[in-house]
Amino acid sequence: MTEALTIKNLRKTYDGGFEALKGIDLNVQSGDFFALLGPNGAGKSTTLGVLTSLINKSSGYVAVHGVDMDRDPARAKTYLGFVPQEFNFNQFEKVFDIVTTQAGYYGIPLARARENATRYLKQLGLWEKRDSPSRMLSGGMKRRLMIARALVHEPRVLILDEPTAGVDIELRRSMWTFLEQLNREGITIILTTHYLEEAEALCRNIAIIDQGRILKNTSKKSLLRQLSLETFVLDLDRDLTQAPELEGYHCRLDEEGALLLEVQKGQGLNGAFRQLDRAGLNITSMRTQANRLEELFLRLVEDNNGQGSGLQ
Amino acid sequence: MSPREIWVAFVTIIVREVRRFTRIWPQTLLPPAVTMTLYFIIFGNLIGRRIGPMEGFDYMEFIVPGLIMMSVITSSYANVVSSFFGMKFQRSIEELLVSPVPNWVILLGYVGGGMSRGLLVGLLVTLLSLIFTTLQVHSLLMVLATALLTSFVFSLGGFINAMYATKFDDISIVPTFVLTPLTYLGGVFYSISMLPEFWQGVSMVNPILYMVNAFRYGILGVSDVAPVSALAMLVLFGTVLFVVSLNLLHKGKGIRH
Repeated sequence: MTEALTIKNLRKTYDGGFEALKGIDLNVQSGDFFALLGPNGAGKSTTLGVLTSLINKSSGYVAVHGVDMDRDPARAKTYLGFVPQEFNFNQFEKVFDIVTTQAGYYGIPLARARENATRYLKQLGLWEKRDSPSRMLSGGMKRRLMIARALVHEPRVLILDEPTAGVDIELRRSMWTFLEQLNREGITIILTTHYLEEAEALCRNIAIIDQGRILKNTSKKSLLRQLSLETFVLDLDRDLTQAPELEGYHCRLDEEGALLLEVQKGQGLNGAFRQLDRAGLNITSMRTQANRLEELFLRLVEDNNGQGSGLQ
Repeated sequence: MSPREIWVAFVTIIVREVRRFTRIWPQTLLPPAVTMTLYFIIFGNLIGRRIGPMEGFDYMEFIVPGLIMMSVITSSYANVVSSFFGMKFQRSIEELLVSPVPNWVILLGYVGGGMSRGLLVGLLVTLLSLIFTTLQVHSLLMVLATALLTSFVFSLGGFINAMYATKFDDISIVPTFVLTPLTYLGGVFYSISMLPEFWQGVSMVNPILYMVNAFRYGILGVSDVAPVSALAMLVLFGTVLFVVSLNLLHKGKGIRH
């Protein structure tokens, strides 16, 4: 498998002296579905900015499919499609014109540009809006327009900065399906998101960045294996005002009154069940807390800030 | 990019620019037509009759080349400064920055858009002037060369202004406080031979004087300055401003962090 993206010792210091990237290394394999996670100000957007030539790096090496961005930026750029977080198209131009114009910037002749624009606007449910000025679109449609624009030159790597920020659940799910389909077709996908559920559901590999440094760069499976405890959500047959004391376990009530039970790796659940039974509490349903990655992420970032340690 | 791909990208930028200024024609094409018609009526017809001939021509005939040049200058400049700053403001300039289009093509595309509007407005004003006077053409080559070079130079000027601009005020300061006074004092309405010697000398440092006079020479065959030196100056200005603009784009002044 070839490398879609290679980053070596990438550094960026802004004019004011702020060091946003402190020498990061990152490799993304061709065909991967990759997430770059980090808190606000961690360096995610700076990294994407350097990859897409919107930010000048201070030093370091970046290559896309083996093409050095310093030596042959034009060729490297043709491999990339970028969907930014903020809407950045001309609000007065028509949807179809925005997409075909973008194809023209990549040297794609008008006839093929129109073909590609038609295909992606139809796939993304925007065909009916093709003659509307972009400012007339809803927020979700604007986001899909940016995806169509990023795909019109048929890139090998699609980079998305917070692609589902501010879109409703239904649309988010349909975008996930679309991105998974693109990935199956062979397009490498790199995204940043603060919906960690999104990264957990979609991505195969994950890097966690904080304060300009990569804290982890591994597969999602291996990352999740590092969780030292797991939280289970238990619905009980009656409402409690405070969580019961369970020997050997830590538990608390969530906002809806369900019992959140933290279980250490290898500890098992039987002890907790026996104690609940003795207390006369019946469990009506049970599930794991969906956002395991979020837990892990918070612990990694806390560790990096010198607080706590939830990882083995 | 291959030469063919570069050509497609260049044409794409030009088409987008032309589409922009024709879409908003009441803001871009109509105002200079109305303003210049008023100039023709008031200065040419009403006041001009009392002024009498200038350099051997009716006052109306004398001011027409200057007014055409004035509209070319302001329209070329305004197109690039407002379009490029608008793209910076909306961040749609990022569409170009992420693409493989070389900087010199981006620059030529914007300049081509500015020249298209400047020359189209110049043509409109020329056609309007035919309602009020007859136009002879002394040297078509001189007319075309001056119009093309002037619109090229002022499109570049608009580009540099847009690169430095950080707010909307910044794109109106130069046209209001620099371009308009220089144009009015650039011999549009008078021959500098009418001025005292000192002010003639001062006028000679005004670049717009050379453009107006070169164009007037092309149409009427009279000029306050040597037409060839005026063209040479335009080529020099064009070259310097092109290099400066390209350098700003390479550095990403105001568009890349």
